[in-house]
Amino acid sequence: MTKDVVLDHVSIRFGGYTAVENAHLTIRGGEFFSFLGPSGCGKTTLLRCISGFVQPSAGRVLIGGEDMRNVGPNKRPTALIFQNLALFPLLTVAENIAFPLEVRRVGRKQRRKRADELLEMIALPGTGDKKVHELSGGQKQRVAIARALAAEPDILLLDEPLSALDLKLRQHMRTELRAIQQRVGLTFIYITHDQGEALTMSDQVAVMNAGVIEQIDNPETIYNRPRTPFVASFVGESNAIHGVVLSQTGRLATLDTPLGPLTGQAAGGRTYLPKERCTLFVRPEQLFIADTPPEVNTIKAKRVNEEFEGSIRTLYLQAGGEALRLYHMNAAVSAALASGDGAVTVSFKPEQATILPDDPALSG
Amino acid sequence: MTSLARFSRDFSSRHGTGAASFVVAAVLFWIVFLILLPQLAMLDVSFRHNLPRPEVGGPRDVHTLDNYRYFLFGNSGGAALNALDIGVLTKTLVAAVLVTVLDILLCYPIAFILAHSASGAGARLMVIGLIVPFWINDILRAFAFRILFGATGVINGVGLSLGLWDQPIDFIRADVALYAGLAYTYVLLMVFSIYNAVETLDRNQIEAARDMGASWWRVHWRIVLPVAKPGIASGATMVFMLTAGALAAPQILGGPSNLWFTQLIYQWFNDAGDWARGSAYATILLVVCLAFVFLMMRIFRVSIGAIGR
Repeated sequence: MTKDVVLDHVSIRFGGYTAVENAHLTIRGGEFFSFLGPSGCGKTTLLRCISGFVQPSAGRVLIGGEDMRNVGPNKRPTALIFQNLALFPLLTVAENIAFPLEVRRVGRKQRRKRADELLEMIALPGTGDKKVHELSGGQKQRVAIARALAAEPDILLLDEPLSALDLKLRQHMRTELRAIQQRVGLTFIYITHDQGEALTMSDQVAVMNAGVIEQIDNPETIYNRPRTPFVASFVGESNAIHGVVLSQTGRLATLDTPLGPLTGQAAGGRTYLPKERCTLFVRPEQLFIADTPPEVNTIKAKRVNEEFEGSIRTLYLQAGGEALRLYHMNAAVSAALASGDGAVTVSFKPEQATILPDDPALSG
Repeated sequence: MTSLARFSRDFSSRHGTGAASFVVAAVLFWIVFLILLPQLAMLDVSFRHNLPRPEVGGPRDVHTLDNYRYFLFGNSGGAALNALDIGVLTKTLVAAVLVTVLDILLCYPIAFILAHSASGAGARLMVIGLIVPFWINDILRAFAFRILFGATGVINGVGLSLGLWDQPIDFIRADVALYAGLAYTYVLLMVFSIYNAVETLDRNQIEAARDMGASWWRVHWRIVLPVAKPGIASGATMVFMLTAGALAAPQILGGPSNLWFTQLIYQWFNDAGDWARGSAYATILLVVCLAFVFLMMRIFRVSIGAIGR
């Protein structure tokens, strides 16, 4: 049956360098779980620790309740898909896929049968006798997945497997990966620096920065309710406006900013004291052009530049010495856009903005 | 020849005509004057009689198969095989194969560790350790092995004083010293050939195989060895050819009853003064060795191109 993966206060150090600091989380069986973070944040090290190539310096890794200390990578119920796929170039596609079975001394006929079944599943029937280099990037991708599945693991670990593909293929493979995961019902643990991948595919996302897991939540919560300034700025685009707290009523706090008083939601239901230094994060698509004067959050801005990107138009604005970005849906008509002098009033809904404290010790 | 022309055209467009003509001229000189012509001259001599100087160019100076006939049948005139000389050749080839296999077994792990496990200072130390012995002259090295393996040598001394054996072992007569000396001499050629091939292997492939449950044995058999194969082939070719053609080491380290085929060639040239027969024997050695190498390459499915890589 599906097995939970538990990281129990795992830290990983190399010499004096701490790659992962006190990772503590549970990945439930059957989940699509992503670690999202910039390169060098320790996410790959963490994955190698789960697969058994790296030992934790402190803490434990448990899979299905069993402590994995001293259990080698070849003895764990995990299969790792490498960033460069690590397909064996001298073997045929079928031999690649059947390699885990060859290891278990499954007979030649049966290996071939299973390889053909898996090729059927990844929609590459009849390619078993080809050499790996005869396949396209996306096909290699799927062969790597099939090879990992042939090992019949409980947990599939994927280390940025889509990063080598071009944009179109990457987007296609996202859907495909998610579909495969739901079909086979395995736990997928996915490493990526691409927030789009993490948000579209995952049940749960852990955002990592400098070895520390900053937030674990479902994609919508990660995007809409970031808990730390890093998450707010790393996941998606954000306008960050610094200020000090004026007042708070319920969950809404008002900051005094160079752009005037602005109201947003206090992150995590916290209560701020007046004069506390905070930052308000509001996403470009949550800013809108107010054709009639809004009740709150009135920002008088000047249009500096704009980019037309098809479905949206990005407006670069200047207000109170801060640069702002606004995504304007092309379908939305606005009289202000047509006006020539560049002065524009923008606003946002208080409950869509997030206010986070500047002091990192208070975040999280 | 067309590929040579294409090469010179590419090369001259990149490095200028002067450099290109120098490289082409040097390579042609090397191949034609230093390899092809001497071999052809030797081949020609091997088909002639060993005549006294005044008769060279005279009516008796004609081509003959005598020298080759002598190798096969000796003085028996076709009645019996020349068991002695054929035996020496066979023994030389078997010994060269043994030395080559010994070097493969010795060098594969070294090359693998050098390419994939050792790093930084450790790797540099290993390479230096492999190279330093070659600062010592060939002959000296052979004599050093004689001292090492002699009846009163270091190994017998240690073995006797530790009580591992109670009579000095004659390593020289048993050819242990010879095999050890030859294998040692060509270790470097084998290590670097295999290293070149193994180094191209992506480490992730080893880890991927491990992750899928493969034992170390299987990782090497299925993943590393196929990549190392061309390197092993080129190393083995060099070691085999050089061992079969070695002269100094067999002379110094060989047992008293043990003759290397090169020693026969040497005797025909120098002691007997019969250059024609010496040439024939040298040609036989070359052809047999080449045939053997090509046969091995066919058996192990290695192409010439793979060796050149």
